[in-house]
Amino acid sequence: MSAVTHIKGRAVPVRGNDIDTDRIIPARFLRCVTFDGLGEHAFADDRAQLKEKGETHAFDKEEYAGANVLLVNANFGCGSSREHAPQSLAKWGIEAIVGISYAEIFFNNNIALGIPCIQVSPEEADGIQTAIESDPNLDVAINVETAEISYGASVIKGILHEGVRNRFLTGSWDATGMLVEAADEVAATAGKLPYMNGFQK
Amino acid sequence: MSERTLFDKVWNQHTVKTLPSGQTQLFIGLHLIHEVTSPQAFAMLRERNLTVLYPQRTVATVDHIVPTEDQSRPYADGLAEEMMVAIENNTSSNGITLHNVGDGKQGVVHIVAPELGLTQPGMTVACGDSHTATHGAFGAIAFGIGTSQVRDVLATQTLAMGGLKVRRIEVTGALKAGVYAKDLVLHIIRVLGVNGGVGYAYEFAGEAIEALDMEGRMTVCNMAIEGGARCGYINPDQVTFDYLKGREHAPTGAAWDNACAWWSSIASDVDAVFDDVVTFDASTIQPTITWGITPAQGLGIEENIPAVSDFPAEDAALIGEAYEYMSFEAGQAIAGTGIDVAFIGSCTNGRMSDLREAARIAELHGGTVPAQVKAFVVPGSEQVKKLAEEEGLDKVFVKHGFEWREAGCSMCLAMNPDKLVGRQVSASTSNRNFKGRQGSSTGRTLLMSPAMVVVAALEGVVTDVRPLVEKGASA
Repeated sequence: MSAVTHIKGRAVPVRGNDIDTDRIIPARFLRCVTFDGLGEHAFADDRAQLKEKGETHAFDKEEYAGANVLLVNANFGCGSSREHAPQSLAKWGIEAIVGISYAEIFFNNNIALGIPCIQVSPEEADGIQTAIESDPNLDVAINVETAEISYGASVIKGILHEGVRNRFLTGSWDATGMLVEAADEVAATAGKLPYMNGFQK
Repeated sequence: MSERTLFDKVWNQHTVKTLPSGQTQLFIGLHLIHEVTSPQAFAMLRERNLTVLYPQRTVATVDHIVPTEDQSRPYADGLAEEMMVAIENNTSSNGITLHNVGDGKQGVVHIVAPELGLTQPGMTVACGDSHTATHGAFGAIAFGIGTSQVRDVLATQTLAMGGLKVRRIEVTGALKAGVYAKDLVLHIIRVLGVNGGVGYAYEFAGEAIEALDMEGRMTVCNMAIEGGARCGYINPDQVTFDYLKGREHAPTGAAWDNACAWWSSIASDVDAVFDDVVTFDASTIQPTITWGITPAQGLGIEENIPAVSDFPAEDAALIGEAYEYMSFEAGQAIAGTGIDVAFIGSCTNGRMSDLREAARIAELHGGTVPAQVKAFVVPGSEQVKKLAEEEGLDKVFVKHGFEWREAGCSMCLAMNPDKLVGRQVSASTSNRNFKGRQGSSTGRTLLMSPAMVVVAALEGVVTDVRPLVEKGASA
């Protein structure tokens, strides 16, 4: 797999704490055997409800069309483990996420798709969201190695833990390749676990 | 850094190696799959010319999209039928056991694996489902994973994982009559928050936890994920061993004794070191209900809807969103809230002890579900359904106006035909009250214990179950 080192483009803010994966992709869209076509359904119910109230969700706003960096708040992606959630965001066009914190299964699902989720402080998250809301055309760039996010004239330094960062930088974010290599060591570990041979001494 | 905890011991014994990234390659002892999160994983294996490394360590069932009324094939929902065919083909072509509808062992994956004795102490368990945390009730370390990770486990029987801190949640005292494992875990999440557990494994311990039977322990661990924890577990003890003994996949004879010795050895040592310890007093907990749109937005039955000022400033927007979505106002009592639908079931509360207590409460009450309320009971598995029917619980439910259904996940996440309509309010034994969770994008969910759902169904409004329970105790 190829290394993920830099993401450049424009951003789209989706504000709110504790946005769960049911909201990112409602369960009815999980009735499928491939992830194809999920992009158009990202945030489907939130978008429809805002439309009913005469408002517009960021994913429906013209000015954010083509954005590839998602700006969120705290505990984003909590709840269901459904990989359909990051898959729908990825298929919508998201290549990186910047926010205060992430639910862990969601975070790990994004690693597997090569999408870094960078952590920033609450003030920084609000700062970049506000800047993008006032100028959606602002260029945004993320350096995965330093976890630096630049937007317009501003630069903030986020957090991406070393073990995770290395997987992006070395192109091992798709874990299968490196895990497959250790088949002999896997067998050795399995051989030492008493339940693997039915607890026969 | 934690030391000598069950988590540390199990993690260390399952560590294959440290990966170049610094993460751990962790062996997975039991892999469970279902129809929603596995088809894409098998497709990825085919694309890469990989095979399933340990097919005997993966067990499949179907639960999420299975209808609980008409189960004749092909399903009316063509998409659901396609998912069923996919898991049938994927399991048969890879030599994986599938517990399919009608074979007597199908059901919600987190109910089936424990009742078959597949889940055992000291194992690592993974499943493409966040409620995999349930299996921690046996002293297993159990992770919910995404589909790409399902692919990794199928291909290598391992996962690439970062380490976790361990928080001991010590629950002292005893739960009062009419207060259950569900109330306890809703209370814990209310206090620690939906993201309080991020970066942690939760060890649930203390007298109130030890006093729970295995099914109550599963209810608690099931919802660890709702508190943000990567997994939750309870140290194995005699209660665990007694539950496992004689189950289909439990060891027998000399192997049983060897197993009990190893299972005991992996429990946290008395001098184990935790990253964090939090204490609760079980005797202070009331029947607990959620009022909002996250599982942490809960309150005791005697309490009123909280004010924005009761929460940290950064939660103000979320609290406002919850008032609006749920149509609640600060200061309003939760007791007396009208309900439209009552759902008993799910991997949280779809087991025998849940159904027995629900039926007992219905009998103590003596009434019938009013016409404006739709109430239904979905047993967690075909085995639960059979046993409940042998005990006559189905007849009790039907007599009191509840529908009795086939096994599945049903309206916990509403991927099958069981759904809320419009802005209906549901009293539900499930685990998530997220916006739109129960199948209507404007539907409202109040999470509570099975006993509380029964009394809400019979009264038509949210009602404290404790007076009925006290009446039962004095009868």
